[in-house]
Amino acid sequence: MKNKDEKIGGRMSRVDAVLKVTGGATYFAEYEVPNLTYGVLVPSTITRGRIKNIDTKKAESAPGVLVVLTHVNAPKVPAYEAKEPSKTSSGRGPGMMAFHNDEIHFNGQPIAMVVADTFERATYAASLVKAEYQEQKHQTDLKANLAKGNVPKTNKSLQDYQRGEKDAYKTAPVNLEEEYVLPSEVHNPMELHGILAQWDGPDKLTVYAKTQGVKMTQQVIAETFKLPKENVQVHSQFVGGAFGMSLRVWPHEIATILAAKKVNRPVKLVITRNEMFTIAGYRPHTHQKIGIGATKDGKIVGISHWANVQNSNYEEFTEATVAMTKFMYQIPNVNTTYRVVPLDICSPIPMRGPGEATGAFALESAIDELSYALDVDPIELRIMNYPEKDPERDLPWSSNYVREAYKMGADKIGWSNRSNQPKAKMEDGMWVGYGMATGTFGAHRRPATARACLNANGTLLVQSAASDIGPGTGTAMVQIAADVMGIPANRIKFELGESNLPDAPIQGGSATVASVGSAVHEACIELRQKLVELSGNALKNAKVDTLVYEDGKINSPKDRSASITYAEVLKRNNLPKLEVTKESKLSEDQQKKFAMYSFSVHFVKVHVHPTTGVVKVKHAVALADAGTIVNHKTASSQMMGGAVGGIGMALTEEAVIDHRFGRYVNNNFADYHVPVNADVPEVDVLFVDKKDPYTTPMGSKGLGEIAIIGMAPAIANAVYNATGKRIRELPITPDKLI
Amino acid sequence: MKAFQYVRSTTAKSAIEALAKDPSAMFLAGGTNLVDLMKRGVTEPDKLIDISRLPYTKIEKESSGVRIGAMALNSQVADDKLIQEKWPLLSLALNAGASAQLRNKATVGGNMLQRTRCGYFYDTEMDCNKRQPGSGCGAKEGYNRMHAIFGTSEHCIAVHPSDMCIALAALDATVIVQGPKGERKIPFADFHRLPGDHPEKDNTLEKGELITAVTLPDSPYAKNVHYLKVRDRTSYAFALVSVAAALELDGKTIKSARLAMGGVAHKPWRLLEAEKALVGQTVSEATFQKAAEVAMTGAKGYEYNSFKLKLAPNSIVEALKIAAGLTA
Ligand SMILES: Cc1cc2nc3c(=O)[nH]c(=O)nc-3n(C[C@H](O)[C@H](O)[C@H](O)COP(=O)(O)OP(=O)(O)OC[C@H]3O[C@@H](n4cnc5c(N)ncnc54)[C@H](O)[C@@H]3O)c2cc1C
Repeated sequence: MKNKDEKIGGRMSRVDAVLKVTGGATYFAEYEVPNLTYGVLVPSTITRGRIKNIDTKKAESAPGVLVVLTHVNAPKVPAYEAKEPSKTSSGRGPGMMAFHNDEIHFNGQPIAMVVADTFERATYAASLVKAEYQEQKHQTDLKANLAKGNVPKTNKSLQDYQRGEKDAYKTAPVNLEEEYVLPSEVHNPMELHGILAQWDGPDKLTVYAKTQGVKMTQQVIAETFKLPKENVQVHSQFVGGAFGMSLRVWPHEIATILAAKKVNRPVKLVITRNEMFTIAGYRPHTHQKIGIGATKDGKIVGISHWANVQNSNYEEFTEATVAMTKFMYQIPNVNTTYRVVPLDICSPIPMRGPGEATGAFALESAIDELSYALDVDPIELRIMNYPEKDPERDLPWSSNYVREAYKMGADKIGWSNRSNQPKAKMEDGMWVGYGMATGTFGAHRRPATARACLNANGTLLVQSAASDIGPGTGTAMVQIAADVMGIPANRIKFELGESNLPDAPIQGGSATVASVGSAVHEACIELRQKLVELSGNALKNAKVDTLVYEDGKINSPKDRSASITYAEVLKRNNLPKLEVTKESKLSEDQQKKFAMYSFSVHFVKVHVHPTTGVVKVKHAVALADAGTIVNHKTASSQMMGGAVGGIGMALTEEAVIDHRFGRYVNNNFADYHVPVNADVPEVDVLFVDKKDPYTTPMGSKGLGEIAIIGMAPAIANAVYNATGKRIRELPITPDKLI
Repeated sequence: MKAFQYVRSTTAKSAIEALAKDPSAMFLAGGTNLVDLMKRGVTEPDKLIDISRLPYTKIEKESSGVRIGAMALNSQVADDKLIQEKWPLLSLALNAGASAQLRNKATVGGNMLQRTRCGYFYDTEMDCNKRQPGSGCGAKEGYNRMHAIFGTSEHCIAVHPSDMCIALAALDATVIVQGPKGERKIPFADFHRLPGDHPEKDNTLEKGELITAVTLPDSPYAKNVHYLKVRDRTSYAFALVSVAAALELDGKTIKSARLAMGGVAHKPWRLLEAEKALVGQTVSEATFQKAAEVAMTGAKGYEYNSFKLKLAPNSIVEALKIAAGLTA
């Protein structure tokens, strides 16, 4: 193969780029099926209580309305009848039983869905539905309810943890104890959530979904409605961003399926931007405390980390907020505490870098604070406490090049220009500050299956029920197949996003390339072997392990005449195609032998205006130790996107609830500030790009999550370096700095 | 959104007549604010009279000053050579507002009449005296980070959100309106009002009146001007505090000054006393600080917006420094 960019490690452009920029990529909301109708939700206006009465008459007689679905008239849902809305085998069920009973769990909870012949008519009719409630006292304020935190019941790894002595930081010669607060943030991908549901028979269903896992959606729907899995077809070839919000089936999706049953026509629901805040998850508001202590020469002796995490009142959500604290540094005495605080609000859902991004803000701020207390360079402090092995499980790292990343990033940002004293430098009338922080996320790999099918004309079709919410999954898979098979990328097609394709896990936890990519890799290796076996005498007994696969051919480098095209192999064997389906997974043994993590380091330079408190990120360097980088182009985009998300987390994003009413007051794009172009500086992306020998056949580790983890504390640390003001409650808006 | 009728007017006369006939009809200009409010159910006209095609789109030099048609687009005014040369403060303020896409659609008249961005005004489930007189003010004891520190009343603490209007206030604009009773001229300071007992009224426009133009007098403020907008992100965000500052300098001496603030009151907040404090003084940070102190007389913070008591004077000083060329 001539094109290096089509090999693993290249810079191939996205295979679906043209479709995406020309409108050829069809997203769920764009499907127009015959007889389509439109659903619009009616939100609860109270925060906790019961629906006493719901008046749908006016709405029902409005033009174009087919039905107003409520708990009174909704068809029964088998799983709801059994009171197990989230007890699907994946735990990714709807969780809350919308339209099943009269209970109100949070403000904005859907209490009705109007179905009409047009979206506009449904929207208008929805405004006519009026409910009377029996209101109960509600709680939405995390700060006021910290004492009500529960030990998580569903997540063993978040039980209280202790290694060595408890709260040992307190007796260390240099110590500090601080609280760190993260507001709730909302994923807000560009594409709104929703679903299109169509019953093809009494027990057959087709849905067009916005999902991070077609198999997950298929399974949840099948189990919720007690249907055979194969009777549920899920299509989701293109997803306009998700960041975690589509890792489950939401109650409004189930409601749409019910509505389609009720009207006996397909129903499409696209929720509003306001509803993206209220009914489709968020990164939970979290109060943390860290106590950290070190010897005078900078050896950390103890750390304690407490996290209190906002949750709903109807199911338990947890995330790995305190995980990084247990292993990122060589600390003999560690204890962590995680509490779930139930509140009258929708459940959170993982948001890019779930848990770790929140935890890293606390941990990496605290490390920075300690560096000033010790008067040592924060990079030095980190290196001094670098763990040669995973101190939590006492396992060797599968790979860990975080120290290399520190060095690369320091060079790129110009770390030598940084003063160890805050408020030491001005440029253009602005305080100048430098900051950095580390991030980490488990290098996960889940079982996945890929099918590779070579056609008679030498083209290759690769399939797996993976999702592509934006990272460029299809591109990476084509590249892996092209590399292994030696077939030009334009002769390879990768199909994903269909529930009838071979099994793939959800696209979450940065595991898609590792999981599906490994399956593609292994399927292609096996396909190659089969071709060799079928090649007859064409290769003239060349040794199998010397063969080269290039330009759609098997070649023996020793003997130029020993060569055969794949198409020829099929032809000689009279085969219309040759197919391999391969399940791939990491052996449990391997998983027990190594601590597998990806690492990121973020460096930033900021300007802070001395009297207006405006922060400008002037330069950012994002580094990843994610093993072999499969595609440098899409991986760079990932890292850049994560850095932008981190700027939002650090400086602008905060979903605000007025606790008197339990209602959001800024649930729209004008008032909830995601960064705009003008907020984003030059972002340099650097990769360590060293193969991990144990994770995947490509040597890659996950990338999506670490792209954001550590960016927010890097900015907070830089702001401190600039101003001498330590902001421990995000976002760092101007008011906090004046 | 409630169903509504749409009619298009091509003359001021027919537009005014159409509005007079129908008590719940409204003018539609660029629609960038009105349509949003209709979608949220905050405003529910049963008829829209589209005035965007009325022939008031020109920016014309007059014997003294300039006349800006009410249907001129925000971007058109901001990019206008004459405006940039003679009234650059207006151009700066316009470009600090909204986004390029919105400025390409928004009109001068619409901009003046855009309504507050108070979250309680926008949410029909919450109390708001401006939306529903007598229902109460959700913001006073609520999330009032964006709210007013000057001229509030017990009924309303909302702010006027426009950037353009802050410059117009500083530049002594006059609003030209036509109504059933003919034409009248409203000095800009009298155009927007404080909430008092009637926060539902943003301005002194009377029912049925159409804005046709804004005029600006000749101005000595072509050089030493600045519009400083402090906000939560670099663009596409409303002001926490903004300052329009214009100085007429004679060497280092301030001959005259114009100052107005945004994000602090129910109307563009002209700082007449602070202007006086500047006149005759020498350009210096100390001078500006004194003026800022004067400017803050009577300011009052609420739970979440008290930072403005400090941010506002700091911003005044900063804007004046930039206008005077005192900063890097
Ligand atoms: C997301 C977002 C961000 C924004 N950010 C900013 C910002 O940072 N700064 C800022 O200043 N603005 C901002 N804006 C507001 C924007 O400037 C206004 O929406 C715009 O100026 C309104 O002009 P329009 O022509 O679209 O008015 P319309 O929406 O058409 O009308 C607004 C009101 O004025 C009335 N009206 C319009 N023209 C006339 C007339 N000639 N005579 C009588 N009545 C009339 C209408 O009946 C209506 O009540 C933002 C808007 C949005 C949506």
